[in-house]
Amino acid sequence: MPAPASAVVAAVVGRRQEPVTVDVERGRLRMFAQAIGETDPVYSDVAAARAAGHPDLPAPPTILFGLDLERADTLGFLAGHGIDLGAVLHGEQAFTYHVPVYAGDTLTFASEFTEAYSKAGGKLDFLVRRTRVTRGGELVAELDNTAVIRNGAAA
Amino acid sequence: MTTVLEQVAVGTELSPLALPPISRTTLALFAGASGDHNAIHIDTDAAHDAGLDDVFAHGMLSMAYLGRLLTSWVPQARLRHWSARFTAITPVHGEPTCTGTVTAVEAAGDGRLATVDLKVTLADGTVTLSGTATVVLP
Repeated sequence: MPAPASAVVAAVVGRRQEPVTVDVERGRLRMFAQAIGETDPVYSDVAAARAAGHPDLPAPPTILFGLDLERADTLGFLAGHGIDLGAVLHGEQAFTYHVPVYAGDTLTFASEFTEAYSKAGGKLDFLVRRTRVTRGGELVAELDNTAVIRNGAAA
Repeated sequence: MTTVLEQVAVGTELSPLALPPISRTTLALFAGASGDHNAIHIDTDAAHDAGLDDVFAHGMLSMAYLGRLLTSWVPQARLRHWSARFTAITPVHGEPTCTGTVTAVEAAGDGRLATVDLKVTLADGTVTLSGTATVVLP
């Protein structure tokens, strides 16, 4: 059964980070496709994407995570609230999609820490960060990142 | 493709995606391309400083492989929601295999909603990611 999180972690709940705005670039999408071994030309060749009915290269399912991570300095935010970064692990990641995202889009990522709880007799704290991704005010996706904080893990 | 998707039922297995051993080059390219610059995945000095013997793969690299499993099965727009838990680290040279099994199918509007259980497993049987996806079917 989840129990209340430690005071340091619980104090982050309700905090919001400054939103970040990111351009989704074709070159970035091609690099990502190459790095993950994606060979479907829809993800790297604009002509193939258009032939499949897309207006441009589609953003693959997980790339929104990194576009946010790269700009939002979430670890710095947590450190600023007294959380030991050496004890932080990525526990769970969820994505909900509302509208497809394509190269050429400009996205805004707005994040809030929404929930905290503990398990294992207080040895592990869980902290949920929800990110709303919008394009011109339209909600296109939501991300839920659950961090695990190991209390007393680091000497 | 459409015909195949119309035949999807509980127990349908997605074609597994077996990856080659993860190289340090892949980790470096993924760090830059994804935006996850955590040095513990790309710099052995940083790994040593953290008390580890070596760097290890980004959890989100394995989730990206699971994304490939899903989008090679259905057009990406059919993927509505999914999540994954990171249950073990993936060492350098680890060989992940992504698998998926349909565990529920229910009517929803004009189509159907399928629940797919997802896993990433290393050659030694270690499960590194465990997840669930909700996919719209015709």
